[in-house]
Order: sequence, then C-alpha cells, then structure tokens
Amino acid sequence: MATADLLLAALFSAAVLFLVTAGLQLVFGVQRIVNLTAGSTYAFGAYFGVSAFEWFVLRGGSPVLLLPVLLLAGIIAGQIGFVIERVLRIVYARDEAFQLLMTFAFVLMFQDLLRYIWGAQPRIMGDLPSVYGRISAFGLTFPTYNAAVIVCSLVIALVLWWFIEKTPLGHIVRATAENKAMAEALGVDTKRINMLIFVLGSVLGTVGGALVIPTTAASLEMPSALIIEAFAVVVIGGLGSMRGALFGAIIVGFLRALSLTYFPEIEIMAIYIVVVAVLVVRPYGLFGKPIA
Amino acid sequence: MNRLILIGAFVATTLIIPFVVSPYYATLVITIFAYSIALLGLNLLFGYGGLLSLGHAMFMAMGAYSVGLLGTKFGVRSFEVQLLVAVASSGAAAALIGLLCVRYTTIFFSMLTLAFGMIFHSFLFKFYELTGGETGISVLRPTLLGMPFAKLSKTAFLIGPFYWYVLALFLGMFALMALMVNSPYGLALQAMRDNPRKTEFLGVPILKVRYVAFVISAIYCAIGGAIMAVSIGAADPELAFWTQSGNIVFILVLGGLGQLFGPLVGSVAFTMLQDVLMANTQYWRFALGALLALIIIFAPLGLVGLLVRAFGKRR
Repeated sequence: MATADLLLAALFSAAVLFLVTAGLQLVFGVQRIVNLTAGSTYAFGAYFGVSAFEWFVLRGGSPVLLLPVLLLAGIIAGQIGFVIERVLRIVYARDEAFQLLMTFAFVLMFQDLLRYIWGAQPRIMGDLPSVYGRISAFGLTFPTYNAAVIVCSLVIALVLWWFIEKTPLGHIVRATAENKAMAEALGVDTKRINMLIFVLGSVLGTVGGALVIPTTAASLEMPSALIIEAFAVVVIGGLGSMRGALFGAIIVGFLRALSLTYFPEIEIMAIYIVVVAVLVVRPYGLFGKPIA
Repeated sequence: MNRLILIGAFVATTLIIPFVVSPYYATLVITIFAYSIALLGLNLLFGYGGLLSLGHAMFMAMGAYSVGLLGTKFGVRSFEVQLLVAVASSGAAAALIGLLCVRYTTIFFSMLTLAFGMIFHSFLFKFYELTGGETGISVLRPTLLGMPFAKLSKTAFLIGPFYWYVLALFLGMFALMALMVNSPYGLALQAMRDNPRKTEFLGVPILKVRYVAFVISAIYCAIGGAIMAVSIGAADPELAFWTQSGNIVFILVLGGLGQLFGPLVGSVAFTMLQDVLMANTQYWRFALGALLALIIIFAPLGLVGLLVRAFGKRR
C-alpha cells in the first residue's frame, strides 16, 4: 500500500515537473537561454487556474470539468509568454549571463505581480480532486485526478514529440536549434520561431502549474521552490534534451517522493547530491551534448 | 588623478558620516560596506572573470554563521577570530567545491554553483541542533581587538567602534582588490574572460586562474556576510537561498560589472533604493526587477558606466 502511494506521488510530481522542464528545455534548445522565469510562469498558471475554476463554478459550471477547465486556463495563462519574449528579445544579441539576469529581473517582477493580484495568503482550491473519486486497479486504489494528470502529461509529451519530430514546423524548429544562421539563410523567420518556442515553453509551464493546483496551495514560494527542482531535472537530464527532461523528471520525482516519506527536510539536499554526482560522472547530463 | 580625488572624497565622506547623519542611516552604511566587500569578491569572479555564480550567497551565509556559531555555541567573542574562522571555512569550502565548478564556464558554472548553494541551504535547515534550523541563530555582539564595548547600546556600538572597524576593513580589502585586478594575475583573468582559448595558448593556466578567483571571491563574500550578521544580529538559512545569490549579482550589475567602483556604487544605490522603496510600497521587488531590466538593456556597465559617460561628456 505504502509503496503504491509512493509510486503514484513520485509519478505525479514527475508528470508536473516534466511539463515545466520540457518548456525550459525547449527554450534552451532553440534560444540558448536558461529561463529562470519558468518558476514564475508556473506559479502564475497555478493562481490563474484557481481563479479560473472558481469563476467557472460560480457561473454554474460542473466541477466534473475540473481537468479540462484547468488545462484551458493553463493555455490561456501561458500567453503571458508573448510579453516576456517581447522584452527578452532586446537582449538576444547579448552575453548569455545578461540574458539569464534578464529572466531573473522577471522573477522579481512576477513575485510582486502575483502578490498584487492574488495577495500574500496562499490560495487553495479545497478538496476538489475528490469529485473524481478514487479508482482501483491491481488491488490498489488511488485518486483519479492524480492518475488523470499523469496520463495528461504523457499525452502532452507524445504530442510534443510528434510536433518536433514529425511536422514540417518541427523540422524548422530543430533546424533553428541546430544552426540558427544557416536556418536564417534558408529563409526561416527565426524571430517567429523564437516567439513560438518561448510561448510554447511558457504554456507548458502554466499548464503544469494549473494542473498541480487541486493537490497543493498556490503560494508566493512556488516560483523559487520550483526552479530548484526544475534545475535539478534539467541538469540531471542534460540541458536542451527533451528525453533528458522526461528521465530527469522521473528521477527527481522519485527522489522527492522517497525523501519526503523517509527523510523529510533533506528533500532538496538528496536531489542536489544526485545532481552533483551526475555532473561529476557525466558533466553534460545523462542525455546532454557538450557545447563547444 | 581623477581616481585619487574620488577616493579622497569617498574617504572624507565616510569619516564624517557617523557625525552628521542619523544613527539609522549610519547603520545602513554598515550594510553598504558588508555588501561592498562581498561584491568586490563577486566582481572578481563575474566582472573580471566572466563566471556568473548563482551560489555565492552560500559563502555570505558561511561568514554569518561563523560569527553566530562561535559567539553563541563556543563562546568565542573576538571578531578577529570569528573573521579568521569565516575566512578559513569559506576558503576551505570554496577550495573543495571550486575543484569541480571551475571546470565549467557559462551556464554550467551557474547551475553547478546553484546546486552547491542549495545543498548548503538545506544543510542549514536540516542540522538544527547546530544551526537552529529555519529560525537560524542569534548573533551576539563581538569584541573588537579584545574590547567588549559593553557599555554601549546596540546602535551606539554599530555606528561607533564597529563602524570604524568595518570602514578600515573595507578600505584594506578594496586596496587589495585594486592591486589584484591590475596585477599580472588580474590581467590574465580578464584575458581568460575575453578569450579563454587564446589565453591558454599564451601559456596562462586558465583553470588555476579561475580557481583562485573562485576561492578569493568566496572569502570576500564570507567577510561581507560576517559583517552583515553583526549588523542584523541574526543569521538564518534565507541568507543562503538561491534568490539571495541572484540579488547580490543584481547589486553588482546595478553598480557596474568589471568596474573597480561597481561594488561600492551598487551597494550604495541598492541599499538606499531598497530603504526608500520598502518604506513606501510593499511592491518594491517589482521596482527593483524593472530597474534591473532597464540597467541590463540601457546601461550594461551599470551606474558607474553611466557616471563615466556623463562625466566624459561634460569635459
């Protein structure tokens, strides 16, 4: 029983972490920017999800539509990426340290933006996942909502894979990531690709935030707490690699669930000791490529 | 010549500050010195060495906890001994962590330093018997050169003897840094930042150059953190959180990256600005974030760069 709960908790946090880090990897892979704002957009999606669902129920919407409403709220909230990209664009030609700092400036601004809109008190949704009840399979029972989120995240992973590997636009994205100057020479509008990728990355983050919210509170600590977990995933998996995001998220998800059960308090330490160990053995992560 | 006049004017200002401004602002000046000393080190690493650390708050916290722990747990009240322990512990930690970190540059360096910073942060949380966990530890007033100054109130101590002590410390460390960045070592570091491969071909051991900058920057940060702890009167794990590392980088960029006076100008501007903003609005982080964005876009060399430009035009 305990192991099943642990497994599910691990997969659930892995599913959410994957969404956010997939966004980080996409942006890094194409734009070579490590986006610290990912934590802030994640929290933005969470708060936005709470408000959107409250509004929806107030208008007489059925709570059974929790998951689709949150998904949609996440997608809408993710459009904030347009604004961030528009400002970030100014420093594309600059040293990457400045680009990183620019995203840190957004972290600071978002912190107060969230506080201004939603206040300093954490926001919770109440016991909503229970509307979905619990399902039993293989002699175990677990909350349907959590299982649905795991499935949802898997579907998004598949769609992402199909988009990048199989569609013409995906080919263009990969070409831009591989060699930007050459892609431009062949007529690719890299400005639009940058915009597309950044907004897509931001949508992945806000969807992750919106989906997690029925199980936890939206708070102002969310952005900085998520960033340290997401960074761990990215470093373990390898910067810029989607497969790395998937495996990294699973590893960190399990570490998190294990240490929360057996050694609370050292959760982050356990995760980061693995991070350092991976870096010592494989400096560019499990699936990363060395960057010249 | 100009630089000498500037330094003269600065020293003169610091000499009269305790006598003309209110005690509250005089204590703010101690915060400014604390940040300045830490940033002198960070400037060596990031400004002159091009290595952006997102973990240096860890070393400031080591300095702060050295002072706190020695005072409360071990009964060592001498600030000189506390500083020595801060230097030794941060230096040793940096010497160990640095072995791994300096093998990387750019974003990998930033992420690795962030990783170590977070490990230290959770260490402070976990070992609460020693570190007081989440609430941290209180920092007792240290003795300066063996003198306890027991009769003075906290403010009187801070703006009196402690002020002069910190001022002397700052001037010494500033002079040391000025010598260092203009020495052959400093030039090698800057050459490494601008073109590592070429610098290596010229026979500069670039890993060693980075390693030294890493250790020295950590020691400067620890001394800054030690001063900060005495002025606040407490040390808690938040000092080591990654956003704090981001903040000190912000202050450096605000002042002027790779500018000798950048740390000082940045600390003055940041401390004053934060004081004004926090008194007037609870949304001061937004203002600081917007300011950081503006500085990055319009003034890559920070306030020092702006001042130099304005000064140059007038002549």
